[in-house]
Amino acid sequence: MSLLSVTDLRTSFHTRNGVYRAVDGVSFSLERGETLGIVGESGSGKSVTCYSIMGLIPQPPGRIESGSAIFDGVDLLRCTPAQSRAIRGKRVAMIFQDPMTSLNPYLRVSDQLIEPLLIHEKISKADARKRGLEMLEAVGINDAERRMNLYPHEFSGGMRQRVMIAMALITRPELLIADEPTTALDVTVQAQILELIKAMQRELGMAVIFITHDLGVVSGLCDRVQVMYGGRIAETSDTRTLFNAPRHPYTRALQRSIPALQSKGTELYTIRGMPPDLSKTSPACPFAPRCEYAVDACAQTPARLVEVAPGHAHACLRAQRGEI
Amino acid sequence: MATPILELRDVKTHFPISHGFIFKRDAGTVKAVDGVTLSVGQGEVLGLVGESGCGKSTLARTIMQLVPTTAGTVVLEGKNLTGGSREDVLAARRHLQMVFQDPYASLNPRMTVFDTLAEPLRVHGVCPREKVPGRVAELMQLVGLAPRYMQKYPHEFSGGQRQRIAIARALALEPRIVIADEPVSALDVSIQAQILNLLSQLCRKMNLSLIFIAHDLSVVKHISDRIAVMYLGKIVELGPAVDVIERPLHPYTRALVSAIPVPNPDVERTRQRIVLPGDPPSPINPPAGCAFHPRCPHALDKCKAAVPPLLPADGTRTVACVRLGEI
Repeated sequence: MSLLSVTDLRTSFHTRNGVYRAVDGVSFSLERGETLGIVGESGSGKSVTCYSIMGLIPQPPGRIESGSAIFDGVDLLRCTPAQSRAIRGKRVAMIFQDPMTSLNPYLRVSDQLIEPLLIHEKISKADARKRGLEMLEAVGINDAERRMNLYPHEFSGGMRQRVMIAMALITRPELLIADEPTTALDVTVQAQILELIKAMQRELGMAVIFITHDLGVVSGLCDRVQVMYGGRIAETSDTRTLFNAPRHPYTRALQRSIPALQSKGTELYTIRGMPPDLSKTSPACPFAPRCEYAVDACAQTPARLVEVAPGHAHACLRAQRGEI
Repeated sequence: MATPILELRDVKTHFPISHGFIFKRDAGTVKAVDGVTLSVGQGEVLGLVGESGCGKSTLARTIMQLVPTTAGTVVLEGKNLTGGSREDVLAARRHLQMVFQDPYASLNPRMTVFDTLAEPLRVHGVCPREKVPGRVAELMQLVGLAPRYMQKYPHEFSGGQRQRIAIARALALEPRIVIADEPVSALDVSIQAQILNLLSQLCRKMNLSLIFIAHDLSVVKHISDRIAVMYLGKIVELGPAVDVIERPLHPYTRALVSAIPVPNPDVERTRQRIVLPGDPPSPINPPAGCAFHPRCPHALDKCKAAVPPLLPADGTRTVACVRLGEI
């Protein structure tokens, strides 16, 4: 059985200007120890998907309209608060994009680091501190004994992200959700953090959901990738297939947009048009208005995610018909 | 290279830090920019890269004379801005404009697009009053915005469109040189490409020089003619864009290039990546000798002895490393 299986998740935000369907029927599953990359631009629903699973959607204005997220037999979307407390922060942990704002500036690093242990395990404060120290050393913070007693503002961005990772992993979770953990960091620090996540994953054998907009990050880290657009999954497959033989026009367009792959002196490839307005969704393909291959049928027929090869599914009508 | 339009000679920008409220005492200086010599040619795009805190934004502000220069000279078209009077600097700013990183913060939310674009025209008195609306419409078209949005406020635009407004504002006075400080970092990938295309088109069309500051090397490589790599207030490597990115010589540039994830799983999983240990050191108390030596995989004792000068490495490139040729 899968560690996590999400079925037909729909999350929307009810605002004065209308209903925004941020996540519109997303299904996927994740095995133990597997790394899943979720790629998409801002507004594609990648973060909202994970926030819904973690129960972090503010309600109202948010509302989880339907769906289930079964984690080891428990539906995270419908469980009791006690059940969810026993899972969140212990068996499922999350790290966020901005290490500057996700640590509490009023608390010493040691206090926030061991908080999950004190809550989830019967452990004395002294033992928890010892575990915290080990964890800080494991994530590569030098002089951890002294640094533990400092406040977050005394750490650099990369070090804060290391503290965040230590805090998330201190309870040895089975699933780590990382929401753009390296976007706010420099490339050299990003390389350090990616190596760290890989090493910790090998050591703890946890599954990872890695949210990013950078296809380069995904290529080295993830077993499987899922590309999202307009609140839905456009294409999902193993990483190698996604890079070498993408089928959905949006995946291809994303790949073509990477500046590193384009020759110098030529105009950069751009995806024409604007991201979709999520308050006006239809069952048709959300990418159709921007797609260079779109035909009338794309705007009229409901787009469905269809498996075209074992483990490879996409939602492009024309590719499914074998036309492109 | 074409005749230089902007020349920096040994520019230093230091910020004093003081402790105490009443009895202020000196607690050292932040050497944000520490001896930069650079020139930018007419119509040239110079990329400036480095990690956060390396001084690239301070250098931009120094060129703009938004922060006082501690030492050295900034010469724009033969006029020395560092020694000049306030009037000289204000007059020179007409030819020297800036685009900032965050288009959400750099536009005044209470000014319409028209007000924003008309203000520089009015301040510098370059356009008779009755011609202002026409000029504003022209500017909007130049950056790919429809002039009918002239009376709208910044919040009514998307991030990419706001950055276009900021670019139009910078171009209003027909400057000779534009400094763009991370102009695409806050934007989505597909929008980034649009703004980059716009900037390169404008440079070609108006024979404009551009200093493009960014931390994303692949973006910088694409847009720039030459690239300068900064580390802790100093330039460590300077040369043609393709050479610097594809055949980096300084160990820091090598690490920086190697840290970019390759969007190809077969290559990414097998290649040897140089992962630098630690963070950049503090510019208050930089390491002796080459500032990079504590993190450098090739450092020797002689690297700690003296600050390596920026020396020609091959025909077109200068590199500041004493072990050049050995590694």
